[in-house]
This record gives sequence, structure tokens and C-alpha cells, in this order.
Amino acid sequence: MRRLWSFPGGIRLPGFKQMSNSETIRGLPVPERVYLPLRQHIGAEARPVVAVGERVDKGQLLAEATSFVSAPVHASTSGVVIDIGKHTVPHPSGIAEECIVIEADGEDHWHSALAPLADIDNATPTQLRAAIREAGIVGLGGAVFPSAAKLKPPRSIDTLIINGVECEPYITCDDLLMRSSAEAVLRGCLLLRRILCAGQCILVVEDNKPEAMQQLRLARDILIDAGESGAEGIELVGIPTVFPAGGEKQLIKVLTGREVPTGGLPYELGVVCLNVGTAAAVHDAILLGRPLVSRIVTVTGNGIKRPGNYLVPLGTPTHALLDAAGRTDDEAELIMGGPMMGQRLPTSQAMVVKGTNCILVNKPEPQTAQMPCIRCGSCANACPMKLLPQQLYWHAHGKTFDKLERYQLDSCIECGCCNLVCPSHIPLVSYFRYAKTEIADQAYKRQRAEESRLRSEVRQERLERMKRETAERNARRKAARSKPKKSVSVKATADPAAEDAPQSQQVSNG
Amino acid sequence: MDILVMTALALLFGLGLGYAAIRFRVEGDPMVDKIDAVLPQTQCGQCGHPGCRPYASALAEGSAEINQCPPGGEAGMRALADLLGRDPMPLAGMEGDTTEPPPMVAVVDESTCIGCTKCIQACPVDAIIGAPKHKHTVLEDYCTGCELCLPPICPVPDCLTLREIKPTISRWKWKPPSAQEKEQAA
Repeated sequence: MRRLWSFPGGIRLPGFKQMSNSETIRGLPVPERVYLPLRQHIGAEARPVVAVGERVDKGQLLAEATSFVSAPVHASTSGVVIDIGKHTVPHPSGIAEECIVIEADGEDHWHSALAPLADIDNATPTQLRAAIREAGIVGLGGAVFPSAAKLKPPRSIDTLIINGVECEPYITCDDLLMRSSAEAVLRGCLLLRRILCAGQCILVVEDNKPEAMQQLRLARDILIDAGESGAEGIELVGIPTVFPAGGEKQLIKVLTGREVPTGGLPYELGVVCLNVGTAAAVHDAILLGRPLVSRIVTVTGNGIKRPGNYLVPLGTPTHALLDAAGRTDDEAELIMGGPMMGQRLPTSQAMVVKGTNCILVNKPEPQTAQMPCIRCGSCANACPMKLLPQQLYWHAHGKTFDKLERYQLDSCIECGCCNLVCPSHIPLVSYFRYAKTEIADQAYKRQRAEESRLRSEVRQERLERMKRETAERNARRKAARSKPKKSVSVKATADPAAEDAPQSQQVSNG
Repeated sequence: MDILVMTALALLFGLGLGYAAIRFRVEGDPMVDKIDAVLPQTQCGQCGHPGCRPYASALAEGSAEINQCPPGGEAGMRALADLLGRDPMPLAGMEGDTTEPPPMVAVVDESTCIGCTKCIQACPVDAIIGAPKHKHTVLEDYCTGCELCLPPICPVPDCLTLREIKPTISRWKWKPPSAQEKEQAA
């Protein structure tokens, strides 16, 4: 039995998981059109490799990765590319970004060139990593960081953590994935462990998902019986249900007792943390040859008739998904993600992307009026990052952003614990999100200002030089004209430049 | 004896100070550099000075108010107040309106440009390129939206205009929660 630690703060939350986890994963009819954004990941936008009017098959490459931290985009159904242009993406701003739009032909047939990686048993980590990169796999837990980049850490890794915690209320997509495809998840773990050469591999599940744990145990026994080497080395660990135990830094603390330093990354401790969905996607990419073209999305909330999990082709508009699940209340707010960390979706036009784990449709609760902070300190007790939310709020409210950096606002994971415990109903996280973007904007403006200052200085220098040169030239001309006369008139110009002018004039004449 | 000692000391310190004055000589006013670093460098002249650095000099001398820079916004005014130890004051010409104007860039309509180079000469950051009797264009990455090239500098109506920069996801900002509430109520 593995020793477990606990992380500071956190809250026990009602799960509301049984709403959506009682049935198996449902399919979705092929949507009429899919909208695939070129940036569904952290990093550089992908570059399209298809043209408008081209026929594409499911799984065919549409856009290629442009840098180390970038991911390609594949067609999620077969059809014709009808547009490459701006469409509303799932983001609280409702901003439109570059997307490839496919008009589906309804046949949904796979691209013929897709094949599993050849000679998997002898493949090197580099080959496996390349296959993961080509499949467009990103972190499916929500952070959408390109997995191939994460699998190439600058130092050796001893612990691989596969995160099946899913600590947020309402969301059950990882739970259902582990129940239905436990073997794929475990095979994915084995591949990931091979790539990282990690000594130990821990698959963590929160103890409110006993069925998932049972399925994983069964699948591990099957793998061991099948003689799959390394399967017995995958440690299945159940941890207590405390939000936000699924946060990367919190999970590392719970499993290893070590803390990721401020501003640092897990690899510095020799740890890499990946989601179970990512592990399953790695299995599909390498063993089945299928790129990331669909994902499981939980559709739930009290504004939904048939809550559940759906296997959704990427790029499906949210309204198509809501139609399938039956939306009872058109007024209810759409939340992308869970109730704690999710963000409001301004329109149901926005599509399902690689990072969409849940669409939550809840009737808005009556808003409680915000009251002044009484400095009770409940938020500081609840904060899993050991920050001081009341101080952060104070300075965000007063717009003294330099102080916020000293109170380490960038460490805030926006988990929403402080929001929930605040007896004055202060929307603390809204203040922190506002302050974070404001600080980033000011840094950007400072950088722009520095560039402009340099450009304006260079321009000033150039203008002065040109003025000086013109004056010199004029003086020279004047001197040349007055030369036949007395030399006294040369001195009379009183310009110091005029004194060497006659000489240079001679040189140029000579 | 006393007089001798005092004279010797005076000479010694005098020499020391004289040396320090040469060795540690500071060119220009260091305060101007510090103020200049806070200003937004749009070089727009809205403060009534011909550029950001002249405004910084005026501020260092104490002959200008800290609220004369609209592009710097509320944050810029606060930074100046902190730096100069003055009290924050509402921005001039904004009537207490603290909403930031959206970022703008100049755009040349290349179908009407006559290639007069007037805008090129007016641009304080060399963000317009072109040559006499050739179409000009604005390098949007460098344009500060200072409006110095707009008519009447540009002699052709509607040729040089300002366009709002649409925010991208990476540059988009959350509104302060108080503003978000107002919006929801409306």
C-alpha cells in the first residue's frame, strides 16, 4: 500500500456525478458540418495543408504543427473542405479564430493511409514520440499542452503519474473512459512509460469511482495473463475525494509528498503527469493508427433532459450536442468545464475541441449580493496553493498590480475554492482572472513601448544627422561659390562645419 | 596650527569632491530616463510636448501635470504618480471615464494613396514605408496609433484611417468583476 500525503486547503464537494455516469458512452450522429480550429492546444497555431474544395477522409491531416510546442489537426469526419476562415471558438470572449470547416458526406470513412506503427515492440522512444506528435495528441485533462513536447523533458523521469482523478463535480468523461476502455488506458500507460523510461507508473483514481477502479484491476489482470511485460508494474492507487486533488501540483503532493516549486514544472522533480484520456489517445494513435479526431464529452446539469457522456467528433457545434442530449431550458447558462473551474460559453455555436471535457447546463442560481471582505481568512485556509486570496483580492480591487506579483498571483490555479467558502460572496476568482490578463497586457504594452522608444530614438538621430549633413552641404556650396572672392567671407559663415568644407570640396573635385 | 589643519582638510575634501565630480559624472537627468520608461512611447504629442521624452523632461522639471498622457491610461498615470511622489488625478480630457480606448492602428487605403510621403515624414516611429509617387503602407506591428499621419497631414480624404485592433485570444482581457456585473444586469 502506497503512503499518501495530503495537500493544504481544498474542500469536499458534493459530486453530482451519478447524473451522468449511469449509462454507457453514447454515440452522436455525424454532424452536418465540423469546424476545426487551427489552435486547439497551447502553443503555435497549426498551418493548413488542405485547400478549400478538397475532399478529405476521416483522420486525414488538415493542418501541420508549426513548432516544437504545437499540434497538428486532423479531419474528424469525411467530406469536403468548404471554408478556411474565422469562426467562433469556445472561449468566454466569443472571439472568432481560424478554423477549417468540413461539410460532412455522412459516410464517415477513415483515411486509407492510416496504419498502426510498424514493429511496435522494437520502436524507439523517439519513434513513439513522433507518432504521438503526428496524431495531434494534447493533454486531454483540459490544459491541452502538446503531449509529445511534455514527453521530452530536459531531465530523466522516475515517476509517471496517469491522472484519472477527475475531481470536479458533474464531470464523468474520464470515469466512463476508464470503465469502458480500461485496457486501452493501461496499454497507453505502458507506451508512455516506455517513452519516458520511468521507474514507476502510478494510475490514480479518486475513491468515488469504484467501478472504474474495478475495471482497471480486471484489465490489468488480463494484461498480466496475456504476458504483457510491465503490466504488473502499473500501480493502481485510490485517493480520497478532495477538490482539487486532480490538479497536477496537488496530485504530485498527494502521491509523493513533494511540492513543485513556485514557477517550476513537475519534471524538475522527475515527475510527468498525464491524463487517462491522453493515455487512451496514445493507445489509439500507436496501436490502432488513429489520430485524435474525437473525444468523450460529459453533457450534464439540471437543464439537460438526458445527461450522459457522448463520443463526439472534434469540431461538432455545441448546439448539435445539446440537441442530442435534450436541452430543457434555453435560458440556462452554458458552462464549458465544471462548476468550479469552468468558463461561461457565450454561444452554442462554438464547437467541441480537444480540451472540451464537459458542457454543463445549469439554471442560474439566484445571485447573492457581494458584501465587503471581513478578513475571516476562510479563503486562505481553503487555498490549495497556500496563497492569501484576501490580499490578492485587496490588491486586484485596488489595481495595485505590482503587489499582486509579490503575492504570487501567477501561482493561482483558479480552482474556485476561495470563491465557494467566502462568506461575503466575493467573486474572488473573477478578480484574479481580471488581474492576470491585466498584468499580461501591461507587460505586453511595456515591451511594445520599449520597441517604439528605440524606433523613435533611431529616427531622431537620423533626422539630426540629415539636418547636419544638409547644413554641411549648404556651407560647402556657399564656400565654393565665395572662394574666388576673399577668404574672409568663408569665416563669416560662422558655421564650424564650413571650415573643413573647402578641403572636402577639393577632394571631391579631384 | 588649527588653521593649517582646517586648510589641509578643506584641500583634501576639495580634491576628493573634484575627482568624484569627474569620475562619477552623470550625463543628462537620470529621472528623465525613469519617467520615459513608464510612458507608452506612442510619440503622439497629445500631452502638448513633441514626443514622450520631452514630456518626461517636463515632468522631471515639474512643469507638467501627470495626467496629460491619455494613451498611458489610468495605469500609466498611477505609475507616474508613484514614481514622482504626486497624488493620482483623473486623466485630462477623459472626464473621469476610466474605460480604456481600444488599441488602434493606422491603415493606408492603397487604392487612393498618391505617394506624397507626407505621412512617412510625420510618423514618429518609422512605421510607414514607401517612396515618392509609390504607394505607402503601414507596418501594423510598429504603428502606435498616434494619429499624427491622419488628415490634414494626409491630403487625400479617407486614405489614411484608424482601424481598431481586434483582440485575439492571447491578448483578450477579462473585465473587472464590477463591470461584468453591470453587463449582466443590463
